[in-house]
Amino acid sequence: MSNAASIVAVVLVSIASLAVGAFGLRLSRTMSDFYVASRGVGPVLNASAISGEYLSAASFLGVAGLILARGVDMLWLPIGWTAGYLLLLVFVAAPLRRSGAYTLPDFAQLRLESVVARRASSLLVVAIGLLYLIPQFQGAGLTLRTLTGAPSWVGQLAVAVVVCLNVLPGGMRSVTLVQAFHYWLKLLALLTPLFFLLGALGGRSGDPDVGAVFVADWVEPLRGDHALYLTYSLVLATFFGTMGLPHVVVRFYTNRDGRAARRATLAVLVLLSGFYLLPVLYGVIGRYVASDLVAAGRADSVVLELPSRLFDGPVAEGLTALLAAGAFAAFLSTSTGLVVSVAGVVSQDLVRWGAGHRQGIRTFRLSTVAVVAVSLLLTIVSAGVPVAHAVELTFAVAASTFCPMLLLGIWWRGLTARGAIAGMVVGGGLSMGAVVSTTFGIATGGWFGVVMTQPAAVSVPLSFATMVLVSVATRASAPEHVARTMVRLHAPEHIDLNRGSFHPERWYRRASAPVSPVSPVSPVTHVNQSSAANGATTEGTDSGTQHTAYDSGDTTARRSQPTARRD
Amino acid sequence: MTSSEAPEPGADARGRMPSAEAGRPRAGAGVAGDPRSRTRVRVTSPRTSAARTRSVSIASEIDEQTRLGEVYITSLMRSQLRLALTVLVILASTLGLLPLAFRAVPAIADVDLLGVPLPWVLLTVVAFVEIIGLGWFYVRQSERNEDDFSDLLEGR
Repeated sequence: MSNAASIVAVVLVSIASLAVGAFGLRLSRTMSDFYVASRGVGPVLNASAISGEYLSAASFLGVAGLILARGVDMLWLPIGWTAGYLLLLVFVAAPLRRSGAYTLPDFAQLRLESVVARRASSLLVVAIGLLYLIPQFQGAGLTLRTLTGAPSWVGQLAVAVVVCLNVLPGGMRSVTLVQAFHYWLKLLALLTPLFFLLGALGGRSGDPDVGAVFVADWVEPLRGDHALYLTYSLVLATFFGTMGLPHVVVRFYTNRDGRAARRATLAVLVLLSGFYLLPVLYGVIGRYVASDLVAAGRADSVVLELPSRLFDGPVAEGLTALLAAGAFAAFLSTSTGLVVSVAGVVSQDLVRWGAGHRQGIRTFRLSTVAVVAVSLLLTIVSAGVPVAHAVELTFAVAASTFCPMLLLGIWWRGLTARGAIAGMVVGGGLSMGAVVSTTFGIATGGWFGVVMTQPAAVSVPLSFATMVLVSVATRASAPEHVARTMVRLHAPEHIDLNRGSFHPERWYRRASAPVSPVSPVSPVTHVNQSSAANGATTEGTDSGTQHTAYDSGDTTARRSQPTARRD
Repeated sequence: MTSSEAPEPGADARGRMPSAEAGRPRAGAGVAGDPRSRTRVRVTSPRTSAARTRSVSIASEIDEQTRLGEVYITSLMRSQLRLALTVLVILASTLGLLPLAFRAVPAIADVDLLGVPLPWVLLTVVAFVEIIGLGWFYVRQSERNEDDFSDLLEGR
């Protein structure tokens, strides 16, 4: 194969990513830059970044491979991954942005006013993040081995190093630019060779392998065992799982306001739809000219191998190198997004080394290194375990945990902390159990085995039901400020209303440091963290003093103010 | 002078800055009673005064979390939720029913559109166009709902 050209392409992508990141670095100064790029990112740039981060190797290489191997039923994957954003748009995008939280645990704390719910969400973010990171690292190793013959750890280490170098200096701001760049790189990397391939295919006299294409199993829907259940379960997992992925959700805080979040998501729908037609075409072309890959068990590499099937010499080498560049960009951008979101959560909740602005950034950097190191280690440990299916299952886990928490939390006043935790435990337990059993091949036969391979159709409704039932049973412990939180989530920003004063940075800095003037870009500054245990002690300084008096459960103060206003 | 202030009664009359700064000015919210003494509006134009009084009260009803304020927020939430559920139902009854349709009418697979089997067309181009269309519809309608809500609050 085309060793030299591909190696050069991969190195070039790495260098370009670092250069783009360094450019963004200049703009990155404050702590909120690190976590959410200070929310000053325009819709188009943000939409490109969201798409760039979202389109992992599973989209770039995996979809084509699955379509090559299993045909029409696999078209539900790209549809589900896109429709997931539609549901995210209609149910979650604007309220999530308006919540002002940086991460999913922030949201849990704001809405449920419970530190336990916050911790549970943090653990879940780390679990989902690692579950998604390991396949990225493994895929990078495999791809580089296919292309260059280098051992797997080379590719894994390369991704780890570039991710660290990108995240460490600039946090989210530089990452945003890098991911936007990666979207367009991936699109071009698939689009350009496609023209060549279609041209070559059109120029051929007589289709050689039509026999492989018009096979009922491949071309007609629902031909496999339990196909109807598996399809619906996949649909449920992908449609509802996208909104619960930590690296997807963290991107929404970088929008300017709720409306910008919606518009960016609409742009994401367009960008994703345009992209996902391409791997489908690769799968179909692969069926015509490279159907032997299925028998050889190398269907996943169809995208990379197609050019050499139809061309010789430098053309094939050039096109393969371009595709290799795109694939490597896919590994990089998704891993980067995951690392940023998991490191954010780790540095906020799981470790605390001092408080304040500088320590906050230092903690974030240390966490980044720790997260990358742990996932690299886990990747090496799990080298023999087939983890390709893990990405699909991650969607099921997200759909059965964070999705109900977000949907019910945003649209139903009745959700309580206990209800949310119970639902996340039930849904998370079931879907994680499925991950473990399929990964280690413990799955049994019969219907139970089928459910375990694709658990969403069972675990998602169960999780919803648990949340609702437990919440109703624990009505008495409803969050104190839920009414104000609803105002915050749903009222457009330009209307001047009291939205409560939760601010995620208070959580990081609550230990001792003075609360520096809160990020001016943030629309919300007031606290109702009172129930969050440390609320009252968080703010001992200048502007904080009055806020404490006003906010921390002192109802007389709260009532007196509007009265004064009215007379 | 007065008439130039009238279009933004919400921000002005309540002595606070627009929401972007909602936090810090609140510290001085106790002082908000003083800007209130700008009752000059009432002197000059009874009509603006009427509008202003009402707009102030709805926003502060919400801030005070009275039942009326809750009704307003609930109505916004309901309209947005109804819209979101509409999108979900449309999606479920078209794309979502496709697997059942394929199972019920296997003949769909035999239909060709420009040489491509119908399921392949439905599950690629048609599906993506529908998703984008629904997204566009939702963004437009939800912004309308919000505009209605803020018009209501600003008494227009």
